[in-house]
Amino acid sequence: MVNQPRANAVGTSLPRVDGVAKVTGRAAYLDDYDLTGVLIGQTVRSTVAYGVLEAIERDPAFDWSDIVVVTAADITGKNVVLLIEDDQPALVPIGGRVMHVDEAIALVAAPTRARAIAAAAAVKPKIRALPPVLTMAAALAADTKLYGETNVYKEFLIRKGHATDAELEAAIASADELIEGTYDTSAQEQMYIEPQAMQAEWRDGRCHIVGSMQCPFYVHKAMKALLACGPDDVIIAQSVTGGGFGGKEEYPSMLAAHVALLARRAGKPVRIVYDREEDIAATTKRHPARVHHRLAVNAKGEPVAIDVDVLMDGGAYLTLSPVVLSRGVLHAAGPYRCPVTRIRGRVVATNHPPHGAFRGFGAPQTTFAYERQIQKLARSRFEDPLALRSRLALRSGDTTATNQLLGASVGTDEVIGAIERVAGPRPARSGTRETPSGTIGVRRGRGVAFYFHGAGFTGSGEQRLAGRCTVAAMPGGQFEVRSSSTDIGQGAITIFVQLAAQALGVDPSLITVVDPQTDKVPDSGPTVASRTAMVVGGLVERAAREVRERMAAGEPLPVVTKQYEPPPGIEWDDATYTGSAYPVYGWAACLVDISVDLDSLEVQVDRCVHAVDVGKAINPVIVKGQIEGGTLQALGWALLENIVYKDGRVANASMTNCIVPTFADAPEIETVIVEVPYPFGPSGAKGVGEIPMDGPAAAVANAVEDALGCAFDSIPILPEVVAASRPKWSKL
Amino acid sequence: MISFEVNGERREVHASPWKRLLDVLREELRLTGTKEGCGEGECGACTVLLDAEPVNSCLVAVGQCADRAVTTVEGLATGDVLHAVQRALVTCGGAQCGICTPGIAVCASHVVDRGLITGVPDVEARLVVRELLAGNICRCTGYQLIVDAVITAARETEAAR
Repeated sequence: MVNQPRANAVGTSLPRVDGVAKVTGRAAYLDDYDLTGVLIGQTVRSTVAYGVLEAIERDPAFDWSDIVVVTAADITGKNVVLLIEDDQPALVPIGGRVMHVDEAIALVAAPTRARAIAAAAAVKPKIRALPPVLTMAAALAADTKLYGETNVYKEFLIRKGHATDAELEAAIASADELIEGTYDTSAQEQMYIEPQAMQAEWRDGRCHIVGSMQCPFYVHKAMKALLACGPDDVIIAQSVTGGGFGGKEEYPSMLAAHVALLARRAGKPVRIVYDREEDIAATTKRHPARVHHRLAVNAKGEPVAIDVDVLMDGGAYLTLSPVVLSRGVLHAAGPYRCPVTRIRGRVVATNHPPHGAFRGFGAPQTTFAYERQIQKLARSRFEDPLALRSRLALRSGDTTATNQLLGASVGTDEVIGAIERVAGPRPARSGTRETPSGTIGVRRGRGVAFYFHGAGFTGSGEQRLAGRCTVAAMPGGQFEVRSSSTDIGQGAITIFVQLAAQALGVDPSLITVVDPQTDKVPDSGPTVASRTAMVVGGLVERAAREVRERMAAGEPLPVVTKQYEPPPGIEWDDATYTGSAYPVYGWAACLVDISVDLDSLEVQVDRCVHAVDVGKAINPVIVKGQIEGGTLQALGWALLENIVYKDGRVANASMTNCIVPTFADAPEIETVIVEVPYPFGPSGAKGVGEIPMDGPAAAVANAVEDALGCAFDSIPILPEVVAASRPKWSKL
Repeated sequence: MISFEVNGERREVHASPWKRLLDVLREELRLTGTKEGCGEGECGACTVLLDAEPVNSCLVAVGQCADRAVTTVEGLATGDVLHAVQRALVTCGGAQCGICTPGIAVCASHVVDRGLITGVPDVEARLVVRELLAGNICRCTGYQLIVDAVITAARETEAAR
């Protein structure tokens, strides 16, 4: 064995270990697997937003001889897709409530895709339609009760520096200035390019499921309940996954349920791969939100009180909504010093398809609100927006809205400083731009934003998860890393290779990361929450160090499993939502220059600089890829991505009209990686996956306001929104 | 029977001429490097070269390919030697989840092999690359590192000529 320390494994841009397989087309995604003997599944879905399923009829004229049909009556265990609560069925039972358009009602499988599609069309659900609840206001009115008595899935109230509402109002009344606004953000589609895909087969009495997913053990837990079986009777494996962004956090359990039921009924393997329209229409999206924000400041512009009210549309089932809301409210006051803070949050039930996990997980919605507020404060005071933020921002020794005392690894000065250094002069407000079709008039503006993002699970979540990871010495000088963390493109396995190589003091080529499969790897917790490199990477590092020590002591092939241990000083009170909401935060600042085309009223991002404090970039190129990818998703959310609901149905369920940025839409992104080490992260690293999604949308809205002189408080800022604002534009 | 050339080899398939080229490649010829992302010509994951021009293979009927030449991602490398764009996509970080990567590699190979940015200064070349690849959607990278990779591959290829 090569036992020389390779001090350079961490911090270098090792080419991703799955890179060659991906650029040659050899990487096998689920739909690339051999189809011999595999049936194709299709889902029969609701066409109404709310109603009662009265019957499921089959067209007697259709040839059913080679078709397998499954309904809720075939479920032997509990008819739920278990996650936080057991309110979502795998299939709506007869007599049960249909809660949203495109809800799964029955399943078919056939030898070919064409036959499966035809069979699905020949299954006719009879649904008695009821008036649906399609707005958050209607949900709160609770005339129709979708969930409990109030339609509120989850509610939070966080108080800092006051005990009663009267005290809060007194603090606000004492202020010199009050900035108040309401901010709306729309649903957003993850638009991973590989659609949802899953396959199941029953062999030796056990159910084997393989597919595209972020969290094999979430699927495992859901299948145990659905199939009423023991932990060894169902095996979940991840196939190469073509993007997730949160969209493959919870929804794959639904597909797994469907293929498992079909495969059991058929006695053959069954595969379901959604087509794009089905994927956009039926699967989860970012929660639409309305955030009301009051920012009360003294004569120096310093916040004396902040009051935030967050409202999110959870859709038809609870899914992950309480946790999304939790992260949303915990970030809602922003990274600013303030002695008195009240944050309220509610997520409500509607008859939209369930909203769920998407990169940022509630924080982008509240970040949009607070960064618009700070911008309005800067405008009101004629103060440089970045300087104002720097003046008000949290630093080590300050406390957050949950009274968390910030310790090490607060990158405020570094990220703001990085932007200041490269900003250059703001563009002239009025000008022209050359285009292929001639010279057009433009208005230009600049916007900035500053934000933070908690890395890892909230509060005591990591302790509850108790994630584990194994490093094993293998014969021939090789090593294995065994973890359920999935590589969904973010580079997790390459990061693990680097951390293990560094800790073992061996060449990265000697490390193999085992493909996640529930009977071969320990449960490392889900691949979510900007936790994989920081939390699971930390376990890799610790386990690899011990392997090295034990080998040095003469043990031939040690196998070491490490379990998460919280860093010192983490105290969290779940009842009052106070204390250390997250072990550490990432910090970021973004600058955008935009131009508004005065003919088309399109907003174009001309320049985007993003400085992100990641603690330590284990692999700078991979970190850069995370930052830039998240940035563009945020710019898309700000300007052109939009889910249009009509009568509870996604009206634009196609990539033709549910658009995401292309090469030509994207600006050059200038990334500045800032490293303020986190003492308890592997080599100083903390989370990076989500923070780039949080702030750029506010920076864009701030820039459009700068260009046109009027406020833009909802996104996306489509050309029609800009057109409607024209009477309010400032004179040049 | 339809006869056409795939990655330099003569292939004959017994399929309806209306069958999508994408399905013929994936199902009949088992060339699964070409991916389906949307099935309507928006995402570009299924991009192949047809007589050296990039096309969305989900929008091409195999009957249109008779006696023509198709290049898929599997045809870019020469043995174990990767095409310059494939190498650059790996080293520059232009591939993340990888599902759009075959289509991007194919389209970028066209840009590089045709010399479409040869002699064009980098700043302008980056804009040209963005226009030429605008039919390929990537949701992971923000495109920056892919543009870097295409420029890198083009410069390498120019230098080697």
